[in-house]
Amino acid sequence: MTASASLAAENTLAATATGHAWVFGDNVDTDVLAPGLYMKGPVSELAKHCLEALDPRFAREAQPGDIVVGGSNFGMGSSREQAAMALKALGIAAVVAKSFARIFYRNAMNLALPVLVCPEAGAIAAGDRLVLHAAEGRLDDLTQGRAFACEPIPPHLLAMIADGGLLPHLAKKLGARA
Amino acid sequence: MPLTLAEKLCAKAAGREAVAPGEIVTARVDLAMIHDSGGPRRVEPMLKELGVGIWDPSRVVLITDHYVPAVDAESAAILDLTRKFARRQGVEAFYDMQGICHVVLPERGHLAPGMFVAGGDSHSTTGGAFGAFMIGIGATEMAGVLATGEIWVRVPETMRVEWTGRLGHGLAAKDIMLFLCGRLGMDAANYRAVEFDGDAVRALPMSERMVLTNMAAELGAKVGLVPPDRTTIDYVTAAGARLGGRVGADWERWRSDDGATFAETHRFDAGALAPQVAAPHSPENAADVTAHGTVAIDQAYIGACTGAKLSDLHMAAAVLRGRKVAKGVRLLVAPASARTTQQAAADGTLAALTEAGAILLPSGCGACAGYGAGILAENEVCISATARNFKGRMGHGTSKVYLGSPYTVAASAVAGRIADPRALLAERSR
Repeated sequence: MTASASLAAENTLAATATGHAWVFGDNVDTDVLAPGLYMKGPVSELAKHCLEALDPRFAREAQPGDIVVGGSNFGMGSSREQAAMALKALGIAAVVAKSFARIFYRNAMNLALPVLVCPEAGAIAAGDRLVLHAAEGRLDDLTQGRAFACEPIPPHLLAMIADGGLLPHLAKKLGARA
Repeated sequence: MPLTLAEKLCAKAAGREAVAPGEIVTARVDLAMIHDSGGPRRVEPMLKELGVGIWDPSRVVLITDHYVPAVDAESAAILDLTRKFARRQGVEAFYDMQGICHVVLPERGHLAPGMFVAGGDSHSTTGGAFGAFMIGIGATEMAGVLATGEIWVRVPETMRVEWTGRLGHGLAAKDIMLFLCGRLGMDAANYRAVEFDGDAVRALPMSERMVLTNMAAELGAKVGLVPPDRTTIDYVTAAGARLGGRVGADWERWRSDDGATFAETHRFDAGALAPQVAAPHSPENAADVTAHGTVAIDQAYIGACTGAKLSDLHMAAAVLRGRKVAKGVRLLVAPASARTTQQAAADGTLAALTEAGAILLPSGCGACAGYGAGILAENEVCISATARNFKGRMGHGTSKVYLGSPYTVAASAVAGRIADPRALLAERSR
């Protein structure tokens, strides 16, 4: 990751993410996030097909800062990191869901795409205007005038994501060791 | 304090006496397995950025399986890069077009009880059949492992799944896993270890135990484990695993202690199980084969890490011998590894399959994930011995994939519609 990208990630976390909600159901899998047919090519191309099997408008109309809202087990299936990369490429600021599949969760955090467990994610409606305070674990739904609590990001991941993801975090650690 | 098998394996990797579920520990990795899709093409630029090489090339296994054989400029370039990476980084355990990583890894003696293994693929849970703690991770995470030889892990709780009795004729480990997906759901074991045990599990050969741990991934599990026994040790020693030193020789300790705490325990009777078929677009849509009514098929697929090992081809051949694939149906068979092909050729299995009309495809991940030969057109219906039938995974977004055991896939290929293999097998024994 470039220095500017890691800086952007840090800003995402330190400040807040504001955008509209794109709402999906339970068990959103990595094959719909990153279809195998496009896995050979660049992520910018792959991203155009992100979630198209569930909502063809998503990749065309998602705006930078928008937030993806999932049900339970978001990101199930493959270990392909492109599932998280595609969301990032579309400018998605964060994913909140009732629960995440474990590999997707780690992949997203490693790429400094904040993913937060929000037990009440089911109450968020498509298009709601959201403000996510990732570090505090709070999601404000401006449309509904409600605040939803998210599970706090574990401290070791918060430190990593504040560095801009696993690679910049490792670079820092390896530099400190040298 | 009594520990589960998963806790013992985590404790060993973390250099601790004991660990508790929920703890975050740093594990030393005994082995890292990477393949052509998530491996070199993704991790090499990251290692470059970090300015480091692989922490210990002798602890890395590299396998080409996703884009083999090359079919276009992109896949050829990915494979070229992969081969050059092996040379540049001094990875000696490089298996080029020898089969699918989860099958090649144990086949070539790289797995043994007690190991902690990171695999760059979600079906890495397969390795737990050998009593190894093997987890699937993504590419950036793998770059971190290759750079440092370490990874953080949250010690998982364990779900214990016991199968008593004995599987009926025409049933397989695949039926067990489809049943569990249907009964428990796709996130039943999220973040957890699943430990398989019971008479029915212990009676299974390694190739079938591998189906249990492979599809533990479909329950969301971090690891799937079968406690090692004589069957395990016979397999790994025959495969040439070097027991002793850091791994393997102390295999008898790799079992859950009496009194260990399980988050959940499920018990099922294998004798009561009927062949299972999962309807589109999720393994959790599993039900008895007879519950699906008449579903005509265009394609039957026997392939992938889940469903094309030698034992899987034997199941298909048991149904197909002396029969023909139905008119208008194509049966595609992609043996899981080069060794599988050699053994199936030597024992007459390949002849039985091809005489019935099966088309042989190269070993590799193939159509399972929509990467290789055999992908589906609009509205086509396929029954497959693979692990996943997510929307659009095997081809067009409107295609429909049903999942079943190799017996059921073969029987369906003969019938031209989804069919119960027990009837065909019973005819044979009459």
